[in-house]
Amino acid sequence: MTKQEALFEYLLRKADDSLILGHRLSEWCGHGPILEEDIAITNIALDLIGQATELYKYAAEVEDKGRDEDDLAFLRIEREYKNVLLVEQTNGDFGKTMIRQLFFDHFEHLLYEELMNSKDERIAAIATKTIKEIKYHIKHSSEWTIRLGDGTEESHNRVQKSVRDLSRFTKELFYQDEVDQILIAEGIIPDVSKFKVEYDKNIKAILDEATLELPNEKWQLDGGRKGVHSEHLGYLLTELQYMQRTYPGMKW
Amino acid sequence: MNKKEWPLWEVFIRSKQGLSHKHVGSLRAPDAEMAVNNARDVYTRRSEGISIWVVESANVVASDPSEAGPLYEPANSKAYRHPTFYEVPEGIKHM
Repeated sequence: MTKQEALFEYLLRKADDSLILGHRLSEWCGHGPILEEDIAITNIALDLIGQATELYKYAAEVEDKGRDEDDLAFLRIEREYKNVLLVEQTNGDFGKTMIRQLFFDHFEHLLYEELMNSKDERIAAIATKTIKEIKYHIKHSSEWTIRLGDGTEESHNRVQKSVRDLSRFTKELFYQDEVDQILIAEGIIPDVSKFKVEYDKNIKAILDEATLELPNEKWQLDGGRKGVHSEHLGYLLTELQYMQRTYPGMKW
Repeated sequence: MNKKEWPLWEVFIRSKQGLSHKHVGSLRAPDAEMAVNNARDVYTRRSEGISIWVVESANVVASDPSEAGPLYEPANSKAYRHPTFYEVPEGIKHM
């Protein structure tokens, strides 16, 4: 694998994370528990889709095969999406959405802090813009986790169940293979295994304050980075891609 | 289901340095911190501000509309309270 191929693959993985999660959050539009949260969630959705756009643009340039960011976002099949399984999991109730966000935001925060120092100037620039958005996302999901976990019996039980259901997708955030090895050696991306301890510590601090517990089970799922997804992604893509599949090349 | 409403908060935004905070509207939130977060999302998404204040609406003490007469009308007849009431003598500079 060349450096160029590795870079393309890496950008695609991160762009897919942002796009798929952004799409998931956009499903809350008009369904938020209160008007204020409806706006907050869709703001975050827009941040993520904006990040995805920047990453896809760069990926398309790196690939240099005449595809643009829209082709990458809308015209691939399920197996070609490389996002982690966590981001494609369904919204569930508001608490589940916040827990999914908590696990993701804390990872992104540590990652993008490092990506700001990337030797690839374009990635460093994207990271510098993105980190400000992530700092708000992490505040939003962390504070909601604390309030729901340490709220009523009903809210506690619901988010506790979501922590149990979603924690099995967290290890995949730290998935690394040849793609990562090549880019780490070039100083383009950080070795994420170096901040796994910090990630666990940060998550635990929030969960402790929220009176929530991580399950003891160690069973972890992965596959997303190789395009092997859960049953949920296909349905999501059907909706995400509908317009471009039905009216090819449509612009608005 | 007994649906309890979150308290109402009044939101004040400072649009830039040097200007004072201005009332922009209200929203609901479970506590002060979340009220600031919500205000950020609802009222500053188009770069309207650089500082937010929130005050729980219950803490705002308002004047009684039925007392508008005694409160405000006496001022109407006191034109001498406006600087324009006074004529500036000829030759006075820097006024």
